[in-house]
This record gives sequence, C-alpha cells and structure tokens, in this order.
Amino acid sequence: MLDSLIPAFLRPESASVQAAKVDAIFVGLLLISSAIVLLVVGLVLTFAIRFRRGSPAKRGEMPSVVSREFEIGWTAATLFIFVFIFWWAASVEIAAFSPPNDAIEIHVVGKQWMWKTQGPSGTREINELHVPVGAPVRLLLTSQDVIHSFYVPAFRLKRNALPYQQTETWFQATKTGTYHLLCTEYCGIDHSRMLGRVIVMEPQDYAQWLTRQPERDGLAELGERLFSARGCSGCHNAGSKVHAPSLAGIWGQSVPLDGGRMANVDEAYIRDSILQPQRDVVAGYEPIMPSYEGKLSDGKIQALTAYIRHGTDRFDLIGSLNLAPAQNICAPGEPPQDGAANQTLRSPAMVPGAPAAGETPP
Amino acid sequence: MGNFLLPLMIGARNLAFPKLNLISWYLNMAGGLLTLAAVLAGGIDTGWTFYVPYSTVFSNTFVTLAVLGVFVSGFSTIATGVNFIATVHYLRVPGMTWFRLPLFVWSMYTTSLIFVLATPVLALTLVLVIAERSFNLSIFDPARGGDPILFQHLFWFYSHPAVYIMILPAMGVISEVITCYARRRIFGYSFMVYALVAIAVIGFFTWGHHMFTSGMSPFAALVFSFLSFIVAVPSAIKVFNWTATLYRGQIGFESSMLYALGFLGLFTMGGLTGLFLASVPIDVHVQDTYFVVAHFHYIMVDASVSAYFAGLHFWWPKVTGRMYPESWARFAALLMFFGFNLTFFPQFIAGYLGMPRRYYTYPPEFQVWNVLSSSGAAVLAVAYLMPLGYLTWSLFYGTRALNDPWNASGLEWRTTSPPPRENFFGNPEVLGSPYDYHPKSAAPAEDDRIAEQGALT
Repeated sequence: MLDSLIPAFLRPESASVQAAKVDAIFVGLLLISSAIVLLVVGLVLTFAIRFRRGSPAKRGEMPSVVSREFEIGWTAATLFIFVFIFWWAASVEIAAFSPPNDAIEIHVVGKQWMWKTQGPSGTREINELHVPVGAPVRLLLTSQDVIHSFYVPAFRLKRNALPYQQTETWFQATKTGTYHLLCTEYCGIDHSRMLGRVIVMEPQDYAQWLTRQPERDGLAELGERLFSARGCSGCHNAGSKVHAPSLAGIWGQSVPLDGGRMANVDEAYIRDSILQPQRDVVAGYEPIMPSYEGKLSDGKIQALTAYIRHGTDRFDLIGSLNLAPAQNICAPGEPPQDGAANQTLRSPAMVPGAPAAGETPP
Repeated sequence: MGNFLLPLMIGARNLAFPKLNLISWYLNMAGGLLTLAAVLAGGIDTGWTFYVPYSTVFSNTFVTLAVLGVFVSGFSTIATGVNFIATVHYLRVPGMTWFRLPLFVWSMYTTSLIFVLATPVLALTLVLVIAERSFNLSIFDPARGGDPILFQHLFWFYSHPAVYIMILPAMGVISEVITCYARRRIFGYSFMVYALVAIAVIGFFTWGHHMFTSGMSPFAALVFSFLSFIVAVPSAIKVFNWTATLYRGQIGFESSMLYALGFLGLFTMGGLTGLFLASVPIDVHVQDTYFVVAHFHYIMVDASVSAYFAGLHFWWPKVTGRMYPESWARFAALLMFFGFNLTFFPQFIAGYLGMPRRYYTYPPEFQVWNVLSSSGAAVLAVAYLMPLGYLTWSLFYGTRALNDPWNASGLEWRTTSPPPRENFFGNPEVLGSPYDYHPKSAAPAEDDRIAEQGALT
C-alpha cells in the first residue's frame, strides 16, 4: 500500500477499517503537498541564486504579456487539484458514514475525568472498552458535565461527547491489541489524565471475557424497572385509565403529532419526549405529561430508551417484557438473534438516501 | 504598523479619525489591563476558546473578567477597522487610484473589513457568556435548554476570520519587501488584490471546519470542507506570484529579504497542511491534536512573525531614523527560520501519531517529539531576543538612516526618516503604478545603493 512509504516509526498504529482509508488519503495528500513544496522551494532557491544581485544571468526583456495566462493557468491548476482532493476525501467520508445495521451498540458517557462505557449486555467498564475484532461497533456518546471528545488514534476515530445530547460514530477493529483512548476536548485540570484503553480481542476471547463479567442487569431490563419505578407505566401501560399513547411497537415507526407533523421514533425523539413532553404531543392526546428534566440522569434515559426499543424488537407488549440478560448478548461478530438485524436501528433521517419521515419506505 | 504606515503609504497626513484612533488605543490598554488583572487574580482555566458549558457552568476562575477584557479590546479593533477603511476611502492623495495602492494598503483594507464584520459577533457572544455566568441566564447551558454548539458556531465565526486578520497584513508586508529586494514589479498585481479580497470574503464561510467532530451533519461538514479547500486557492496564487516576482530580478539578501524568503517556505508548509485539515476524514483523526497546533503555528507564528520581522527591519530606518547592524540581523533571521522548523515540525509528527492538545502529561511514545519541539523553542527564544538587543542598540548608536535607504518605491520613502509631524512636507502626488522598479518591458538594472547601505552599517 501507499502508506508503506512512510517509515514505521512515523506511522500511527492502524487497527480499523477506517484507519486504512484515512491513511490512503493522508499519503496521497502528502505526496501532492511534497511536490508543491519542492516546486515552490526549488523555484525560490533557483531564482534566488541565479538572479542574485549582480549575477551574470541573462535577464533580457520582461515578458509582461504572458502574465495573465500564467495567472489563469495556475489558478485553474490549483483549483482542479484541490477540488479533486475534496472529492476524494468527501466520497470516503460519505461512504463510511453509516454503520452496518448489525453493529454492536456501546453507550459511552464522558465525565470529569473518566470514560464510562456500557455494552449491549449491560457490561459496564470505566476507562476501558472491550470489543471483538472484525465486528462493527456503534458508539452512542453523551457527557455528564462539559464537552469531551472520544479519540482512539489507532482507529482514526474521534467524536465529541456533548452534555444533554447524543452523538454517534462507529468503527470496525481489524487487529487485536490494546489501544489508547484519549480525551481531545479540553475539559478541565485533569484533561490530560482522562485516558483509557480500548482492548480488541478475538471473538472467542471476547465471549469468554463477557462471561467473566459480574452478572449485571441488561440495560433494557434496567429500563423496564425504571419504567414502573418512575411511574411511566402508570399512564403508558395498555390497561391504564389515563389517556396516554401506548409505547408498544413504536420504535422506528412514524407517529402523527398534534398539528399534522410526523415524528420518527428514535433516540432523540424519546429523549425529547421525556425531557420536553409538551413539545411534540402525539395527535389525539392531551399534553398532560410532566417533564422529567433534571429527574432522570443520562444513563437512566438511555436505559428507558433501550427498553422501549427492545419492546419493539421482540413485539412484546410493553410492561410484560421479561428480559433475561443472556438473550440480548450479541454473539461477537454475528448479528443479534432477535430480529433487530432486519430493522435499522438508526433514525432514517440520519441515513443518506433513506426515505424521510412520513414517506413509505420502498 | 498599520497605524504608522497606512497614512504614509497613501500620502495622507494622519488617519481619517485621529481621536477615534486615540480612543481605540485607550480601549486596547483597558482591555489588556482587564485581561492582565484576570491573569494576576488567579488566571482562567478554560483555554482561549472559552468553550461552554465548561466556561459558563463549571469554571470557578476569573472567566468573566478575562472575557470582559477581550470584549473591551474588541471595540478597539472595530474602531481601528472603521478608521482604516475611512482613511483608505477618503485620504488617498491625488493620483493614488485604487489599483495603484501598495499591496500592504490593500491587505490592511481587507483586514479592516474583517475587523468590522467579524468582531461584533465575538463581542455579542462574549456578552452572552458573561450574561450566563453573572445573571444566570440560560443561553448555552444544555441543562436548561441552551445549546453549547451554538457557542462554537458563533465563536468560530469570529475566530476563523481572526486567523486571516493575522496573515493578511503579513502578506502585504511580504509583497512590499520581495519587490524591493528583487528590484522587480510585483507579478500579477491585480490578481494579488483579488486574492486578498477573495481570502477575506471566503474566509467568513469556513468556520465550520473547526467543528467536524462536534456531531454536525455530515453534509454540513462537507460544505465547510469544500469552502476550506476553495479558500486555499487564492493563497496558492499569492505564493506563485511572489515566486514569479523573483524571476529575472536583482535579488539582494538583506535581513528583511531573508525573513520574506523564509515566509514563502513556512507559509507554503502551513497552507498545505491546511488542506489535510480541510479533508474531513483526516481532520477527524488529527482534530485537536498537535497536528493542528503545528499547522496554525506555521501560519500564525512562523509565517506571521517572519513577516512581522521582515517589516520591522524593512521600515525600522523609516520609523527610527537609524540603521541596525545588518550582519546581526541576518544571523537572527536564519536562526529564527531554523527555530521555527525545529519547534513546529516535530509537532506535525506527534499530532499524526495521536498526541492530543492541551496535555501536560502524555503517553511515553510522544516524548521524543516533544523534546525536539521544546529545544526548538529554546532556539526561538534566543532568536527573538537578538533583535531586541541590536535594535535597542541601534536606537542610540546606529548610523543615521537616509530617507530611502533601500531605494524602495513606496510613498513612505519620499519623506524624511523619521517622518515629520504631518508625514510630508508639501503635497505628494502619485504619477505611476506601485513597485515601479524598472520600465515595464526592460529588465531591472543592478542597483548598487543597497549594497552601499549595507556597507555603511
């Protein structure tokens, strides 16, 4: 490959599908830039020596007429080269923007000054993240305080973790090993100590590692408990006397809102509905839900979201879902067993080319 | 430099609004003192970007005071911008048409446009930060419905053009110096002017490239990426034109010219690494690493400071009426060029390897690059101190400068060194184009006068 042109000690470790693509662009740009630097420096030095004061070099008449042609020539040439690089980088970016549907989902919460991660089966880690090699991993990031940035140089991966908002990105590791996890958005005095490790394991090692983890509730199961403990079920359960929409089967669907708009049920919609329930009221219902702003932590909202999603995946009635943790563990490198693979877990609005909310998918 | 040179170069007696200029000076001092007070009182811990919510909700340091200082000095910037624009419009002497303006004047003019259009946005943003801190308003605090990303958009809408505030005047200085020491007309004058204007205008629409990893829509990121590539084109044109200006010249290597030639190389390096950062996938990797640090230091320190010293040495005799020791100045110029590269080039490598910014402690594999960079900083310190020494010396013991020691073409050389109180005796008039170093079709003649001046010092 091209990147073997760079000596090994100047090359950062490359351990993901994305890293190989980024490196190819980098080397291409490096070659073009080096050529331009050599050209400019070469010309400057040549002219400076050849036309030094009093040198015998022939100077002759000034060809003032060609100046315009030169100008247009090198303007067009640089424009062409720059637009070409843009096109190259942009096409790589667009092609790799959406994670595959079967990606393992990891929730990441940044706080001063540590990273907390939670895997699909509820495995929790601090400043560490274990993932299997070869499997796409989708990260859902948020922060408990200020802005942080999740950076794994070996994966060429970086995404900000914002308070009260969710961002996402994904990677697919190609090499087992232990890699730096760094924070790259200045977040206070111990910013430079906000370090962690990403450990990429063989699928069977990863499966073993999972079984060694202390038994913990799955995220969705935690969500189920919250759903009744925090009073959601009092209104949103099927048998409730309060007039509130049922949440069974709504994940990924479009729901009509008051005022004729449509909303797509995804992480953002559920989060907004919990924190600002008056904003998007489902058509035919009264705006009676109180806001949970400040009453539910980010982690709890994530758990509730996971619960609502899994309720959909399993076509179970909400409230009667009885999740055993083992059922939700994705076998490493394989799609989840429960039908989620057929259904996009992402908001269609975020997938280039997908039908907009309200349209029927082809 | 603009305050001194701008009126001189267009033949004016002073700026259009001398009292506004004085107010601007007081505001600048007041802003500086406020910021200094914040530093002395205990400093701030937010970094220069004041990113929210860290700066508004989480920082217990003297952010309000520092922000107030920046806010006040912002008014000084705006006043100066208005003043320069009015001066260029109304105080040009007879014969000084728009396309006879020296490129330094054009560069100050375009810079002033940025002053006037971008600084108010920063000022308002800072007011909002103060309001959130002091009056508990909720503008950026996400816990109360604010948007921290909004701050970044507003902040970079000023702070990206601010980079051009630093580099455009540098480009102006280089155009003056290279033409003088190559004894050549500038190559492609009108393209140089259009390039300045294009950089100033397009530079307003590239701010989003600071935020590729903030979770912005990938399509918005691509628009900013595209514009960032486009803004590099006029910069490339300028580099090619400066290089072409050297062709068939009579090139002398006085200290100003050494700085200017160094500028060409350093600016090219800084500009090209900007293309890496404009490419979204690469930026995602190197954003907020030392690669970015190296890139903007190549532009804002290496190139801008080189141009600053080029200008300082070029106009020193005009400002002070004294000559400095040329061989010391040449040595400092070469040392500085070496120091710039030793300090900042290793940072490109460290950044590409993944060394993040704003780390006081780091994984051991970055050690060697940080040590190289630090030793470069020591070289730079020596190189910076040398001009302080010999220029101070020249104030007292330097030979008296002639009115036009470099045999240069600008109007500022048509008056005494230093200029009299109202800049010119009599009323200057401009008859020809700038950089009139040789007849349009003939080659520049050898000019001995500069060499003589060098011998004098």
